[in-house]
Amino acid sequence: MTPLGEPVAAQGPVIPDFGKGSDCVVENRLFCPDWVRDNWSGTLEPALVEHVKLTLLAVAIGFVLSFGAALLTHRLRLFEKPVVAFAAIVYTIPSLALFQLLVPVTGLTVATVEVALVGYTLLILYRNILEGLRSVPPDVLEAARGMGLTRRQTLWRIELPLAVPATMAGLRVAVVSTIALATVAALVIPQGLGYPIFLALREAFKTEILVAGALAVGLALVADALLVVAERALTPWNRTRRVT
Amino acid sequence: MSGVAAEIAFDRATKRYPGRAEPAVRELTLTIPAGAICCLVGPSGAGKTTAMKMVNRLIDISEGDITIGGTSVRSLDVTQLRRGIGYVIQQVGLFPHMSVAENVATVPRLLGWPKARIAARVDELLDLVELPAIDYRDRYPAQLSGGERQRVGLARALAADPPVMLMDEPFGALDPITRARLQHELLRIQHELRKTIVFVTHDIDEAILLGDRIAILREGGVLAQYDTPDALLAHPADEFVERFLGSDRGLKLLALRRLDELDLAPLDGADGPTADGSTTLRDALSQMITAGARSLVVLDGTGTPQGVVTLESLTGVAA
Repeated sequence: MTPLGEPVAAQGPVIPDFGKGSDCVVENRLFCPDWVRDNWSGTLEPALVEHVKLTLLAVAIGFVLSFGAALLTHRLRLFEKPVVAFAAIVYTIPSLALFQLLVPVTGLTVATVEVALVGYTLLILYRNILEGLRSVPPDVLEAARGMGLTRRQTLWRIELPLAVPATMAGLRVAVVSTIALATVAALVIPQGLGYPIFLALREAFKTEILVAGALAVGLALVADALLVVAERALTPWNRTRRVT
Repeated sequence: MSGVAAEIAFDRATKRYPGRAEPAVRELTLTIPAGAICCLVGPSGAGKTTAMKMVNRLIDISEGDITIGGTSVRSLDVTQLRRGIGYVIQQVGLFPHMSVAENVATVPRLLGWPKARIAARVDELLDLVELPAIDYRDRYPAQLSGGERQRVGLARALAADPPVMLMDEPFGALDPITRARLQHELLRIQHELRKTIVFVTHDIDEAILLGDRIAILREGGVLAQYDTPDALLAHPADEFVERFLGSDRGLKLLALRRLDELDLAPLDGADGPTADGSTTLRDALSQMITAGARSLVVLDGTGTPQGVVTLESLTGVAA
């Protein structure tokens, strides 16, 4: 584990050369648009793209695992407590400590970061999907059974569609918290929006910290908004209220 | 088993739950003629819902058997059996994420009907339950009133034209006005479709109104009496049935019959208050009381006097 202040695998000078920079950069003012313009395609844009990829991969894997576990425990309640206990323990480990635990096993790699990020999505996603499956009113299930739907048909046609709102609520929290958490990935790998923040911290270079931080916040807001739109599209029955 | 109504026969059907000494339903034997409504009534704990749910095997039969059109329900695949039986429950259980049309189309879709046939059937059924298809087919259940929901529930149960319908207190959660309206619509629909219906209710008045036959169950799932409403009211088998029918069972009996069903006394130039032949005996009695008269002149549809009904002829109907 590399201690803070000595960034891992920092290739070449990323910190702007203050000697050749603009007055704004040299004086390290709060926000220098010219620096952003000069470093967008070289530093900020790649960091943003990496950040999106780290987040998507983590949430996708976390969703698949949570979905499987939720389907299993929906039928076999016996396994619910062990699954929740596991997810809750993972959730309570501080990210720095988790990296520390993982680096000897998986090294300074994307895998280390993803294992940690996936781990933090499990509790929220699993609990929300399961809660969604269980939120189906008993009279709806009885009607389904009484009309001759099989268990599988009830799951796919009734329970899963009705679990969408709770699942989407879980996804929103998971995505936003993963975007925030993925900045810490820079401790392990030179990727994501955390990396420029990390480098700029050493020189206290305000513009870079500010812009990379703002991109992370903006990304979280945009992702959340997209998920809200997706949820509305997926649950047309929830948009309508009684007319009379 | 589709289309034509089928006879339902309970043959010593018994339901025992493990760990309980007394059965929930004990050796229930009764035959519901094809095309009749049979109301199962009784206090809570009398096993009326249990008895009904044994028909579509939502509850397994412990001993004995139930046959539909001569075929044992135990011999059929359970999902096939259920798809051939309409099922309506008190809370309706509409699928909230599906439109009215999709809800009604549930069983036809399970049975793999072609799309055009399903769409035509949905429109036909919505018209039958008096929810104009053009206004209602694309609504979601959250956009319907309680009465409208139960109409959709009824349409959904009728969708694949099952010969048999099970209805578990379908109107129990509705306000009295909506309930009365839906009861009469069920009778209108039944007049047209002639299904064999098992109708569970705890409301004896509802059972008298709707049932061609009434089965009164007592605690412990024992059949107390199975008869037509008229015979039940006139000749209750025991004290339990008598109490269950209520102290006004004489009036209930009068309410079942109309003046034009009676043998009237000759006119002989009689004078006094008049009543139409379609008046129930109960209303005729009420009219005598309010008019302070011991007889009424009965008129036919055109207002022509047909004869006289006397107080004595009313008090003698149960004999």
